[in-house]
Amino acid sequence: MPIYDALYDYEATVKHILVRHEQGAVHAAQGFARTSGKTGVVFATSGPGATNLITGLADAMIDSTPLVCITGQVASHLLGTDAFQETDVVGISMPITKWNCQVTKAEDIPAAIAKAFYIAQSGRPGPVLIDITKDAQFGELDFKYEACTAVRSYRPKPKLNTAQVAEAAKLINEAKQPYLLIGQGIMLSNAEQELLSFVEKSGIPVASTLLGLGAFPHHHSQYVGFLGMHGDYAANIKTNECDVLVAIGMRFDDRVTGDVSRYAKQAKVVHVDIDAAELNKIVKTDVAIHADAKEALNLLTELVVAKQHTSWLQEFKAAKKLEVETLQESAASLHSDEIKMDEVIKMLSEITQGAAVVVTDVGQHQMITARYYEYTQTKSNVTSGGLGTMGFALPAAIGAKFGAPDKPVVAIIGDGGFQMTLQELGTILQSDVDIKIIILNNRFLGMVRQWQQLFFEKRYSFTHMVSPNFVALAEAYSLTAKKVETREALKDSLVQMLNHNGSYLLEVMVAKEENVFPMMCTGASVSEVRLN
Amino acid sequence: MMNRVTIIFTRRHLNIDSITASESEVPGVFRYTIVLRTTREQVDKVVGQLEKVIDVIKAFVHEESEIVHQEIALYKIKTDSLTHSEAEKVIRKHHARILTVDPKFMVIEKTGHVEDTQELFEKLRPFGVLEFARSGRVAITKPMKELSSYLEELDE
Repeated sequence: MPIYDALYDYEATVKHILVRHEQGAVHAAQGFARTSGKTGVVFATSGPGATNLITGLADAMIDSTPLVCITGQVASHLLGTDAFQETDVVGISMPITKWNCQVTKAEDIPAAIAKAFYIAQSGRPGPVLIDITKDAQFGELDFKYEACTAVRSYRPKPKLNTAQVAEAAKLINEAKQPYLLIGQGIMLSNAEQELLSFVEKSGIPVASTLLGLGAFPHHHSQYVGFLGMHGDYAANIKTNECDVLVAIGMRFDDRVTGDVSRYAKQAKVVHVDIDAAELNKIVKTDVAIHADAKEALNLLTELVVAKQHTSWLQEFKAAKKLEVETLQESAASLHSDEIKMDEVIKMLSEITQGAAVVVTDVGQHQMITARYYEYTQTKSNVTSGGLGTMGFALPAAIGAKFGAPDKPVVAIIGDGGFQMTLQELGTILQSDVDIKIIILNNRFLGMVRQWQQLFFEKRYSFTHMVSPNFVALAEAYSLTAKKVETREALKDSLVQMLNHNGSYLLEVMVAKEENVFPMMCTGASVSEVRLN
Repeated sequence: MMNRVTIIFTRRHLNIDSITASESEVPGVFRYTIVLRTTREQVDKVVGQLEKVIDVIKAFVHEESEIVHQEIALYKIKTDSLTHSEAEKVIRKHHARILTVDPKFMVIEKTGHVEDTQELFEKLRPFGVLEFARSGRVAITKPMKELSSYLEELDE
């Protein structure tokens, strides 16, 4: 209450968005952080307000998103008494925040906030939570803000070990089939240009993790695809054929590696990461470089020999061709009048020329978008990666728009995930946010249904979804909305949506039982990708 | 702070044998001595995670051979037991100290490795041990570098 009372006087200078649910607030702040590169800020009240932040905090923690969350707390004399709306939010959020603390005196607030911003955005970014008791909020102090520039026990800027970089450069120079994997770390370190220079000089093929999409332009001749369980065939299988594997700003998530015991065993591995704990955590490296991606790439570019790997790149192209042909054959044999998800994404990619900010939720539509949206812009892919939080996209898209006000923002969401945070349509209405929402409605929790089909003998246990009239629902919130059911009407509908002035919801009825392929099943190695 | 440290172990199902924590020679800096049995690979990962905790200055790993360690144990036994000449012999033999004597009970202290304090417990048991407590391990490393010199380096 006291914080909001003060905020009333700062309406003109502090942009405050009133959301409908605290989880929506965190995801919106994440969307803002991901498109702007700045720290997102969230206010929530004590008790349930604070506990509603937990999913978003965990999501931001695992996806390295800088946030500062400020929660209200009961007065300090009531702490530990089970007072009304008291929860131990510092205790609850400890494992899912980069740092958190409780402030019980007004005079400690400025320093705590300065420290929070410093920690959230330095090193490997992450969410920070400050819990402020009611008496501290009511207290008065002579305000003097000093930016925090150092914390004794925290070393966010590793010193680049040039000898290690030289060793990595030597491996790359001697390699016949080098291969580069990039992650979100490239964007967090603003190293897109340095990456491009390194890739073009060394001639190395580049693949990206889910969160790294957009860090390297997808139309580039050396871009070979998306990694992981539903990633591109070539990008995955070549991991087990390269002789030097260079990984920068990524963490070898299990969805990327498949069976680790059969992952890139033939290759010398170079891993660059700003988080020392990630080095040698999953994959044993030959050269581990604890560094900021930008600094490491600058020096690497200097040290590598200019080369072209034409025949090696050709192998990726051949594998890609096999993938495309197999998927086309499957599509032809399963042909129906139903619209397929990939048709929607490919069309959207073409119309927007890969330049929109695309926000996805979690599930089949997310994997299809990652596979077929051809990102040309950095910081334009917003999705929930590590935690896989359904309900992420709608609020994240709202924040993404505030982070990138000059770009079109398109949220692609399944019928299941949309119903987990749809109350944020109210935020769109109240704050007049311009985002385009596409619901790919297959009337199933599609990814789970796919697994039930493939691994549980088509026992579709509680994955069928009965949904409301999404168009009417959107209209209730004063959004323009349309439902499209035929292939013929798809393109015009997408164009109409994109050209619409203001927010728009387009529900696309897609095939009920479509599966996402390629697929690397649980326990499989990256060499064992199923194409159908 | 204790919770920030221990959740790193519990999340990975690593059982802590003992944990001791107290302020070090540097005011405001606490030393935690944590004993666990695990593989080198696992402990290296845990160290990485510990050092990521913003308020952790440094985590060192030492194998048994690299440290000098000790723990303290306290035993409460009935004062009557001392009249038993065997009990006196046991106390003498184990170089244990009598800290306090009350008409009803007395408290004996023994420092040593866990096997030593355990052995004394087993020997005293026949005379009736009313209460037994031990501290967990405190340790000094054999390498010469001190924590305070490490801190000075950090501050430079």
